[in-house]
Amino acid sequence: MKLSATTLTASLLVTVIAVLLIIPMMLQWERPPMESTQLGFRGLGMDKITNPRLAEKVKAANPLPTPDDPVPNDGVLVKDDKENYKNVQVLGDLDTAQFNRLMGAITLWVAPQEGDNASCAYCHNVENMASDEIYTKVVARRMLQMTRAINTQYKSHVAETGVTCYTCHRGQPVPANVWATNPGPKQAGGMAASRDGQNLAGQPVPAFSSLPYDPFTTLLNKPAEVIRVQATTALPGGTGSDIKATEKTYALMMHMSTALGQNCTFCHNTRAFSNWEQSRPQRVTAWHGIQMVRDINSTYIGSLTDVFPANRKGPEGDVYKTNCATCHNGVNKPLYGFSMAKSYPELSVPNP
Amino acid sequence: MMIEYQNIFTRVQVHGPDDLGVPMKPGNWPREKGITTNWLLGIIGDAQLGPIYIGGIGIMSLLCGFIAIEIIGLNMLASVNWNPIQFVRQLFWLGLEPPPAKYGLALAPLREGGWWQMAGFFLTISILLWWVRTYRRARALGMGTHIAWAFAAAIWLYLVLGFIRPLLMGNFSEAVPFGIFPHLDWTAAFSIRYGNLFYNPFHMLSIAFLYGSALLFAMHGATILSVSRLGGEREIEQIIDRGTASERAALFWRWTMGFNATMESIHRWAWWFAVLCPLVGGIGILLTGTVVDNWYLWSVKHGVAPMYPFDLTAPIVDPATAQ
Repeated sequence: MKLSATTLTASLLVTVIAVLLIIPMMLQWERPPMESTQLGFRGLGMDKITNPRLAEKVKAANPLPTPDDPVPNDGVLVKDDKENYKNVQVLGDLDTAQFNRLMGAITLWVAPQEGDNASCAYCHNVENMASDEIYTKVVARRMLQMTRAINTQYKSHVAETGVTCYTCHRGQPVPANVWATNPGPKQAGGMAASRDGQNLAGQPVPAFSSLPYDPFTTLLNKPAEVIRVQATTALPGGTGSDIKATEKTYALMMHMSTALGQNCTFCHNTRAFSNWEQSRPQRVTAWHGIQMVRDINSTYIGSLTDVFPANRKGPEGDVYKTNCATCHNGVNKPLYGFSMAKSYPELSVPNP
Repeated sequence: MMIEYQNIFTRVQVHGPDDLGVPMKPGNWPREKGITTNWLLGIIGDAQLGPIYIGGIGIMSLLCGFIAIEIIGLNMLASVNWNPIQFVRQLFWLGLEPPPAKYGLALAPLREGGWWQMAGFFLTISILLWWVRTYRRARALGMGTHIAWAFAAAIWLYLVLGFIRPLLMGNFSEAVPFGIFPHLDWTAAFSIRYGNLFYNPFHMLSIAFLYGSALLFAMHGATILSVSRLGGEREIEQIIDRGTASERAALFWRWTMGFNATMESIHRWAWWFAVLCPLVGGIGILLTGTVVDNWYLWSVKHGVAPMYPFDLTAPIVDPATAQ
């Protein structure tokens, strides 16, 4: 058979297009096989799809910590030993042995680095441990109160697993996943159209879509806007939000999916996102998580705005706050459900 | 030569004397004189390029379209602070958003949707003028106006999305943004906000006509190509003068599915399927938010959405109501 020039050209074009498609495929896409787990009634598409190779990487990025060995009590409370322990405002009810064990643990959890301003000296003036002159000590005190509040008031979210400093900090003074109000890169301004907080490439928060890139400022802080955007009646009754609010909720949900390493159907039956009866119990846990994050961002972290120096604040001058990824780090149960807090029961009592 | 049609790619190119078309009636601008033939074009269609007819309406339409694209493009460029590299890199993500809800149907300030309103105005004028052009050019050639009315069906959907529905909702913030991903994200958010568009019966119909169009297109294209060695490509003549190609093609479909369209009716099937896709889709969009606020709940109310067995021993309750 003789090949005509036309056939040759057409074949060549098809080959070139195929190669152009295959290159990004090889670079970006995930290869099969995937593992699929059914999460809901058959036929609803409520499945969890896991790439075991990526799950392995997430696991490596979330090493399980080893709690310190328990120590026997000294029999003296911190508040009763005024000679050695001054200006202890939160942990005064602890036995001195437990107090020192916890201080050692916090050092490893938050500032284990060696150096002049690391380890104990990251928060303390080592000449005068009681002094509040280093701002990080004031922050740490508030964070201890926050940890206790989470472990006692938000069992609806953290259950008996609880949290410690390590849940977020993982050996770093500033947790890896935090947020501050994000104005985005500079726009031309003037009378040119504003991008309205969305439509940017390369934004991990809305899962690299063009959805709003900062849903946190208005949805994960107080006062908070509503996340519930769907109408609750079949016919118009004025209960739903507008589409721009929907896009913001959508972006927040993309963040939650990414932060937990799950998809929509982990919580929702996607045929009716707002319907609770058809949702999975995980959605209730997530709802309490949202309330918790709003509370700790405003009551605890937000209250430190004047304490933090400028270099620890975002571009708009607000402090770095928490979202789902701060604790979860890509896992639906932080540290795969390992309870570090059990080994430090002093973090799970009400604040004095 | 006939056997060449059996290939799935075009292998025959006609390079003859220039075809200038039928004589023009008075009142028309002359056609452009420039005619050329192009071998690459011949692979996908007619190798002859031109004569092109522009005319006053064509010029107006192109001008309005250019203004609209310019407004959209320059605002996208401004959103990355006039950085041409970022403009190219982020092009699919960039957009021009409609006004926020607080402006209702009023003219919004330029930076808050005013440019969107202006771009929408010029794009609409451009599209409507292009419609006039398809109508008038068809008439000038003594053709029917089937193409113009099919195009009008698409314009109906466009107008519902960007103008008619926002008017009924009393708010331009309900309209679609310009931009590749922004308009797709809008579509997803629109469906979520109004309780899942898949439960909208007009959306269902629109999908049926969309997929139906693709099916009919494949069936018809394949049928004609497969009988082209018997003269089947002269399908229109065979509407009234059935030949062996027509008879074999008809018998093939009676054998395989018991029924066949005719050389005439298959084209009406195709036209109606294509036209009904945006026509019913537009109706579905128009009803969303105006008379139905949540399509899933509407479907439950009317017995369309089935209920599935859930674990009733541990019912999930809205925690906000438990507080």
